[in-house]
This record gives sequence, structure tokens and C-alpha cells, in this order.
Amino acid sequence: MRIDKPLLQVKNLKKYFQTPGGMLHAVDDVSFDLLPGSTLGVVGESGCGKSTMGRAILRLQEPTSGTVLFDGTDVTACSKRELKALREQMQIIFQDPFASIDPRMTVSQTIMEPLIIQHKMDRRDKKGLERKALEIMELVGLAPRLVNSYPHELDGGRRQRIGIGRALVLRPRFIVCDEPVSALDVSIQAQILNLMQDVQKQMGLTYLFITHDLSVVKHFSDEILVMYLGQMVEKCESKRLFAQPMHPYTQALLSAIPVPDPRVRMQKIPLKGELSSPIEPPVGCRFAKRCPYATSACTQKAVLPREIEPGHFVACVRAGEL
Amino acid sequence: MNETTVGKARSLGADAWYRFKKNRLAVLSLIVLLAMVLVAFSTFVIDWATDSSIYEAKVITQDLRRRLEPPSWEHPFGLDEFGRDMLLRVIWGARYSLFMGMAAVFGATLLGGFLGAISGFYKTADNIIMRLMDILLAVPTILLATAIVAALGTSKINLIIAILISQTPTFARVVRASVLTVKEQEYIEAARAMGASDMRIILRHIIPNSLSPLIVQCTMSVASAILSIASLSFIGLGIQAPMPEWGAMLSNARTYIRDSWHITVIPGAAIMVTILMLNIIGDGLRDALDPRLKN
Repeated sequence: MRIDKPLLQVKNLKKYFQTPGGMLHAVDDVSFDLLPGSTLGVVGESGCGKSTMGRAILRLQEPTSGTVLFDGTDVTACSKRELKALREQMQIIFQDPFASIDPRMTVSQTIMEPLIIQHKMDRRDKKGLERKALEIMELVGLAPRLVNSYPHELDGGRRQRIGIGRALVLRPRFIVCDEPVSALDVSIQAQILNLMQDVQKQMGLTYLFITHDLSVVKHFSDEILVMYLGQMVEKCESKRLFAQPMHPYTQALLSAIPVPDPRVRMQKIPLKGELSSPIEPPVGCRFAKRCPYATSACTQKAVLPREIEPGHFVACVRAGEL
Repeated sequence: MNETTVGKARSLGADAWYRFKKNRLAVLSLIVLLAMVLVAFSTFVIDWATDSSIYEAKVITQDLRRRLEPPSWEHPFGLDEFGRDMLLRVIWGARYSLFMGMAAVFGATLLGGFLGAISGFYKTADNIIMRLMDILLAVPTILLATAIVAALGTSKINLIIAILISQTPTFARVVRASVLTVKEQEYIEAARAMGASDMRIILRHIIPNSLSPLIVQCTMSVASAILSIASLSFIGLGIQAPMPEWGAMLSNARTYIRDSWHITVIPGAAIMVTILMLNIIGDGLRDALDPRLKN
């Protein structure tokens, strides 16, 4: 492991939503560090707060409490102006390339927009802007002839390339990738993932890669953070997580990855019941209700992540013994 | 950059026009309406060039000896109850219906669009503005317009103001609804992630994307504004005699409907054709602008 200073430090990040039934704990007390140039995969089932966390880090949704330090600057305490300046360095790639691109703007307009907003280039410098757009289009693998196309003329893969281009044009250092491939065909997924890996190398990007697809995250991430109902249940190096998952939830999750070989019998760990409600959750381990190893100690007090071995955090009372 | 490498761009507007063109009835209506607008506009030019002498001599001046003369080669639409040429009166009357209707709708679009955009975008303003609009909507359009004209006095400007106010809530509702949908789109969040200001988001992303229902509403509203002008003139609160407004002509003619059909049917038909054309165009536009119906 490198000993660089972390680019992103998230401390006790919380995002609660007011609902008629009480407070919805979408993200509850998540902390982690992210080193420059690395990729942190965030996995968990739908509704566990992965996307909300990504948006709260970028302050697209105001966090309820906690701090987010980006290169030493506290994002959560920024003024409007400081935040705008920070946006240049932190970007986001969205899940749905059909919803995340303005249908009234051409490819080049979409890619140039961040430059105009951030006053990187003069809006009247049409030639320069277009040159820049073509440069980025080449980087993300879009043919120059598409420069004046509208998004409805393009397929999902090409649209997602626009989304990536838009995120890259400001040369950010950190990008939140919110399930960037889950809306795409499997064949195109690989292309987009390769593209993202290439630009990461070229530009030294740091990724927060949100997904529910474990096979994607396995090859893509240096570290993996597993979330369950808004909480971090396990975090460690990618290889180690797949070889030696320690939290019962992670174990169940990994056992569900299909093996592409009909002769191999999968040892699935079936989980009983459903995701419990994130509205006013009870104290203790939120997974306890579905956990095959649950004891009375699990529901007595809050279970915080412990460092079981260097760099391996597990939020389970019985982590060592299982 | 090399010209040949650039693909042909077709904006959504061009796309909509392409689809609109396929609707023959709508294109026909558009042509008829444009012809009517042209004719109505030409009356201003004629008045200006002849110092209103044609207007004075043929449209206003009465010739009681020839009153209620039926259509003939000399006067294709016949003569009215004061012996004035119906064709010229209908042509001169088009300006009131068309241009005043358009002016009222234009004003209502700006005012209602602005109020709707604000209440769609800012939650706090929403309740206040929308409840005000609800109050206006609770009163029937024609009654509201009647009340406003009665309060302000009868003049062309007051008539436009009355119709403008009574149309505003519809526009506010339409714009608010589309702003609410557009606001939740991910590309708005994407713009925010780039650091775009509220103003930029409204002007560059929300307004262009909520325009199509507004355009359709405009066409439809011109039709109902024309009807309101005619109705108000019919009951004597709109355009005053001897100005040849279609509704007023209809109102004056109804006494003679048993003996001389032409003086009621002709202004009535003029109103009907205009409104029909506008509604067909509106329907055509809605189909052309709605991407869900796109094939």
C-alpha cells in the first residue's frame, strides 16, 4: 500500500431524510479515506444509500452531518463560491445516460458547458471551444462527425461517453461514478469500463465507483466498501475481500455471484427476509434480523467498524470468530 | 474543421417541424391561418396608404337604401343591416380578433410563464402563487373578463388586459407542471454538479425543455381568446360599433336572422374557421412536439 496523503477523507457522513414515518437514515455514519489515483468500489443492494452517499460527498445533496475533506478542504463547510471552484475538481458520472444529458443540447454543447460555467474559456471563443470539445470526444472515443448530433440520435454507449467527456473536460481529480454501466448492454459495459480505466491512468483520476455489480467492481477497484442500509459493514482491499470476506452480509453477497460453469455447484448462503426499513432503524447491527449468526449481543448497542487486520474494517460483533 | 466530417445536425425543433409537415391537415390550417393574418395585416397597410379613406367610405359608411342585400357578384358576402359590404367588414374585422387575441395570449404567456417557472422552481413561492392562480381559475374565464372590462371601462387595451389576466393561470399551471418534471431530471443535477447557477439552470435547461407544452397551449389559447373577444363584443363590452368586430357583427345581425341569413352566418363562419384552424394547428404541434409519439 502506498503511503500518500488521502485525496478524500469522509468522516462520519450522515444523510437523513424527513419522511412522514420518521427520519430515514439513508447514509449513517460512514467514514473512509481515499488515496489519490485509486478506486474505491461501493457495493450494496438497491436502496442501501450508495448513490445518496456519492451525492452527499459532492454536496449535490446537503449532508445532515459529518465532514468531507477534499485535499484538505472541508467540502461540507464551503460557501457557494468555494463550492463552485471545488466542482472543477470533483465531478460525477451518472447512471442513466438517457436522463443525464440535456436533450436540447448537441454533443459539443454538452461537453463545452462545464468550461463556460467555470469560466475556463470565453463563451465567444467558438473555435477554441469546439477544438476542446473535439479533443475530449477523441479521448472518450466519439467520432468527430457526431459533434453536432443530439443525444436522441445516439445509443446508450455513445451517450455515456458524452457523460464521461463532460465529467473529464474540466480535468478533475476525483470522479464519483454512480453506476455508470448498469444501464448499458453487457457488451458496451466492457467498452465503457475499459475507457474509464484508460482515462484514469492517463489523467491520474481517483474514482468512487458505485455499483451493485460485484463482478464489475472486482476488476475495477483497489478497495471495496460494502454498504448495508446506510452503514458501512466491511471495507478492505479488493482481492482480500473476495478471498476472505468477514462480514456475514458480504459472505452472502459474494456467494450470490453466478459462476459461469454449469458443473460447479454454487454454495449460496440464502438470506431470510427482506431489507428492513431504513426509517428510524433500531440500535445495533441492522443486518442482525437476517443474519444466520446473530446473537443477543448484536442488537444491544451500535456496532461500529473495527480494524480486524490492517486495512480491513468489519462492522460485526463476531467478526473475529466467524 | 473539415466540413465533410461533420454530421448533419437536426435539432429537436427541426425534428418537430419535419413531423408537423407530415400532418397535411395541420399544414393546410397553418396556410389558411397565415393567409388570414396576412389579409388582416394588409388592412393596416391599406389604411395607412389611403389615410383610412377606404375604411371610412366602404366599411363604416352606411347606405340604408341597400340594407340587407343578399350576396351578389358585386358584393360576394352581401350587405349588412346598414348597407355596408360584408366582405370588407369581415376582412377589416380580422385584425381585432387575430391581433388582439395574439397580443393577449402573448402577454399571458410571458406573465403566466414567469409565474409558473418561479413556482415550479422555488418551493416557497409555489404555494402563494398557485393559490392566487387557483382563485383566478375558480372564476369562469368569460365572467372574469366581463368583470375586468366592466371595472376598467371598455377599450381595446382593457379588453386585452382582461383576457390576458383570465388566461394567465392556465399558462402558469402548464409551465409549472413541466418545470416540476424537468427539474427532477438528472441533467439538471449534472448542471448543478458543474457549478451552474440557478439562473443558468432555469434559462439554459429548464425553459428550453418545458417549451413544447407551452407552444401548444399558446395556439389553443389564441382560439379561446378570440372567442372571448367575440363574446365580450357580442354582449357589448368589447369592440364598439361601428368598428367591424366579428362578435359585435354577429350580435347586431341576430335580429335579422329570419330574413337575412348571410349577415349572421358570415361573421360566425369567420370566427369558426379561425378557431378551427388554430385548434388543428395546436393538435398538430402537440403531436409533433411530443417525443413519445415519435416513430
